[in-house]
Amino acid sequence: MSTALDSKIPPGPLEQKWDSFKIGAKLIAPNNKRKYTVLVVGTGLAGASAAATLAEQGYDVKAFCFHDSPRRAHSIAAQGGINAAKNYQNDGDSVERLFYDTIKGGDFRSREANVYRLAQVSASIIDQCVAQGVPFAREYGGLLANRSFGGAQVSRTFYARGQTGQQLLLGAYSALERQIALGAIKMYPKTEMLDVVVIDDHAKGIVVRDLVTGKVSSHAGDTVVLATGGYGNAYYLSTNAKGCNVTATYRAHKRGAFFANPCYTQIHPTCIPVEGDFQSKLTLMSESLRNDGRVWAPKAKGDKRNPSEIPESERDYYLERKYPAYGNLAPRDISSRAAKEACDEGRGVGESGLGVYLDFADSIKRFGVNVIREKYGNLFDIYRTITGEDAYTRPMRIFPAVHYTMGGLWVDYNLMSNLPGLHVLGEANFSDHGANRLGASALMQGLADGYFVLPYTIPVYLASIKKATQTYTTDHPAFKETEAAVNSQIQKLLSIKGKRTVTSFHRELGLLMWDKCGMARNDAGLKEALQKIPALREEFWSNVNVPGSGDCLNQSLELAGRVADFLEFGELMCRDALQRTESCGGHFREESQTEDGEALRDDANFAYVSAWEHKGVGTDPELHKEPLTFEKVHLAQRSYK
Amino acid sequence: MNFHLKIWRQRDANSPGQLEDHEAKDIPASASFLEMLDIVNEGVTMRGEEPIAHDSDCREGICGTCSLTINGVPHGNNKAGIATCQLHMRTFQDGETIYVEPFRAKAFPIVRDLIVDRSAFDRIIQAGGYVSVRTGSAPDANALPIPKQSADLAMDAAACIGCGACVAACPNSSAMLFTSAKMGQLSLLPQGQAERGRRTLAMVRQMDAEGFGNCSNVYNCSAVCPKEISASFIARMNRDYMLASVQDGLSANEVRSGE
Amino acid sequence: MFFGRWTSTRASGGGLRPPEMKLFALANTSIGKKWIVAITGLAFVGFVIAHLLGNLQIFWPNHGGPEHLNAYAEHLHDWAPLLWIARVLLIVFFVGHVYFTILLYRENRAARPQKYARPAKISASVPVMTMIVSGLILLTFVPFHLAHFTWKILRPEYRDFVDEAKRPDVYRMVVVGFSSWPISIFYIVSMGLLCMHISHGFSSVFQTFGIRNKLIAPVLDKGSYVLGWGLFLGNSLIPLSVLLGWVTWPAK
Repeated sequence: MSTALDSKIPPGPLEQKWDSFKIGAKLIAPNNKRKYTVLVVGTGLAGASAAATLAEQGYDVKAFCFHDSPRRAHSIAAQGGINAAKNYQNDGDSVERLFYDTIKGGDFRSREANVYRLAQVSASIIDQCVAQGVPFAREYGGLLANRSFGGAQVSRTFYARGQTGQQLLLGAYSALERQIALGAIKMYPKTEMLDVVVIDDHAKGIVVRDLVTGKVSSHAGDTVVLATGGYGNAYYLSTNAKGCNVTATYRAHKRGAFFANPCYTQIHPTCIPVEGDFQSKLTLMSESLRNDGRVWAPKAKGDKRNPSEIPESERDYYLERKYPAYGNLAPRDISSRAAKEACDEGRGVGESGLGVYLDFADSIKRFGVNVIREKYGNLFDIYRTITGEDAYTRPMRIFPAVHYTMGGLWVDYNLMSNLPGLHVLGEANFSDHGANRLGASALMQGLADGYFVLPYTIPVYLASIKKATQTYTTDHPAFKETEAAVNSQIQKLLSIKGKRTVTSFHRELGLLMWDKCGMARNDAGLKEALQKIPALREEFWSNVNVPGSGDCLNQSLELAGRVADFLEFGELMCRDALQRTESCGGHFREESQTEDGEALRDDANFAYVSAWEHKGVGTDPELHKEPLTFEKVHLAQRSYK
Repeated sequence: MNFHLKIWRQRDANSPGQLEDHEAKDIPASASFLEMLDIVNEGVTMRGEEPIAHDSDCREGICGTCSLTINGVPHGNNKAGIATCQLHMRTFQDGETIYVEPFRAKAFPIVRDLIVDRSAFDRIIQAGGYVSVRTGSAPDANALPIPKQSADLAMDAAACIGCGACVAACPNSSAMLFTSAKMGQLSLLPQGQAERGRRTLAMVRQMDAEGFGNCSNVYNCSAVCPKEISASFIARMNRDYMLASVQDGLSANEVRSGE
Repeated sequence: MFFGRWTSTRASGGGLRPPEMKLFALANTSIGKKWIVAITGLAFVGFVIAHLLGNLQIFWPNHGGPEHLNAYAEHLHDWAPLLWIARVLLIVFFVGHVYFTILLYRENRAARPQKYARPAKISASVPVMTMIVSGLILLTFVPFHLAHFTWKILRPEYRDFVDEAKRPDVYRMVVVGFSSWPISIFYIVSMGLLCMHISHGFSSVFQTFGIRNKLIAPVLDKGSYVLGWGLFLGNSLIPLSVLLGWVTWPAK
């Protein structure tokens, strides 16, 4: 396995890299494709679109998901929309502009070539989804509607009510189900991947557990595709679904795949605040609310008056004050941090003091309550359902929450990890969003990877292997060894029968991560976390209580395996945050800020991707650096003032 | 708040099940129903027993994973338009006895306790719930204008989260709301026309084969649907089905001879 | 099974392939059965309306009841082939309606082997939930009614009722028949069930035929309700009028 990071970016000018790659790319003959087995783990947007497309092309595909159906993947929860450089609004959008916005939004910590390709294929995604019957919003003329989203200055976001993620996932899911019906994909739902099998330094299979019967088994393939999402649940509370976890990517990491930029996490500014320690997850209120809502906090500390009793003069519309140009529409990381600052100063609202107001009174006065109801009625309903409060008459309380993780397994231009044969797609890889993701770009990346990138790049690897000697069955000793390791971990978890529940460990880790490696990080805090996490992990392995047995459906056991990984992975996040002493995007180091408290990048020393190599639990991982070079964009300090 | 829970426990599909009593104590009113179960389960685990298995994932009403019948009503005794994960304990009376059962249908065998196997829905989709389009072969998205009204109505149908509450609420465990929603979405759009007849026939055939009951126009399905999908889509499916049968019957021989 | 196997091959590039078609196997599918029940049910609604309109002639003003009712009854027998066609159709529809309803009912029962321990009323009203019960009771009413007035097995003496024009005296038969309290109450109760059955069944027909959406649904439901009540009142009025002495024989 090579330890030098070769990003395999094609030569030539940025605009022509993808085209020249496609012209020069290897192909697999149609009659040979079925001889290659592709194991796709995770069937959200990226996984389902990849599996369906590869099966359509003729590969032998096996797909795995831990849900009872691929339709339940958390891609479904994305509300806002999907970006594409269609320029249907004739407002000056182009591939160039989408590329530039994305790379600037990512605070210049992503790879130019990948982002450019993403912008190039974005338009095809919309074509593909429309053809599948995705009911995007339309104008009366019958053409597609767009809106501006996440601080973009053009309207390039396509949407399907507040359920864009759901509709896109159902499109990919239907393509997947069609291939299942055709016999081109064998689908394994309720099946969790627990390890990657590496033979001669190549990923050649996976070990999975059937979540219903508890049976641990292996699958051999010519290549493994991980599309298993992000690791936001390391914080316990996040907007991620309960099932989201780092297990697949982290266990691949332990088998040799480098983990890139684990400290890059996105905190979404508009979520419903935490109510109490029983709370199991956080609910996102779409960012679109900031188009008509004004964010404020009381000027005075500890002001517990009813918001209606606080006069205008005693309110601080801090986003409008600090960022007059963008005001309430400032990017996610900036808005989140500003909310945290207000709360840190003791000006937070709500019982916990962790919240700020998002006030619609002015918009209701200007447009009338019916206009607001038509635009945001469903969101106001959700808010009422959860909090019991009426946002038409009383400002919403919002607080930032962990939402998306930009970091992920390191991949080259072909979406292959440094571990040959292991491809990584969507949120699970690190490549396109740099240090901060723009709104409506996650769906774009997932589908770009699955529909339009991997199907072209996977032959690069497949054509390079020698079928005759590099094809293995699950009888190979490596499969037996990996299965044994998985089984022994399961048995160990079940045998401890300690005094604490899995959830209590997860919650404790989450609080620690939120506190020390959340919206703002500093040297002392991170070092403290690096002390505490191993101790917590040690306690977990001696005092966790996983009831029941391994030979049937056992949700505690599933969770225990995932939390065990978070307990190791959290350390990696902190370590990455500690070494990156600059602030960039979602990663804010208190030591690195401008005089007025803005994030201060350090391009001279940190224009690189940090890629960590696992060296054993409790042993320091090795940091590899992939330098980021920019031929097209000029590195500038982000300013939204 | 405190509640007496009567919860269905069943080890697997082949074991007998029964209601088991559990006490939920000191539950915050702002907890969701699933968080209440989480709290109960923490207690159960600490007592060394196996926690109550129940499904959930996104916990914001969109993934369709959570599936409880609460006091006889799928997704709980509240208004339509929410899933179990969005049901909050403040809507219950303090001290209330709450029955928690799985979604009941022959086509949804019990996996464990409150978790059921809804793969029948996937197989209905496999039968025809898609537009056959190869990746990369699509024309420009704006090449095909679609009236806003059709697109909006298609979106109403497409909002289905596949939770199965319609089946659980139907006295006949019929899956017609689910099936007709996917069919309705695709038959309202021009993209779905080429396969419309065959899709209709194939999806209904699969729905029947899965062992779901027949619609008797009771409309419990719409009443509990977290996405408030209208039973009008069932009417549309009934109509499409008969048209498709007739068309298919008339053209079947020609189609075969053309192959 | 019904439509043969849908063959799907990768060579075709996916997509749904045509089945081996068997048109009459439609009756084996869920929606096919619903259509049969709806069509036959609708035919019976038509029959019940016509039947009622004919019988309401008993109330013909100025003591015209006996004359009009008996003439109408005689008129129905004018042309035997037509009468027999109607009778055969009614029998076929009746058997079809009952047979397919029972098939559906059995499938529906089988679709939920384990009932809820605590069932709840969700949106279903009484008529909706008791379709099968009201249907089964009507099933006993129909032969009774036929045996009573058509075949006159229960009351052979009706066969001797003849009016002045030597026609069978249907008017007298009705008056004598409904003079019995238990029989009249049985008729009225049965008509109540019929009302319930039709008030759900009639609007259901539109759902099954696919002529229903959110806009017209309330109209259909209310119309169906009005139709059910109208049939109940109209049909019940006859035994009630006899019992209350409004209609007598000889007519006065």
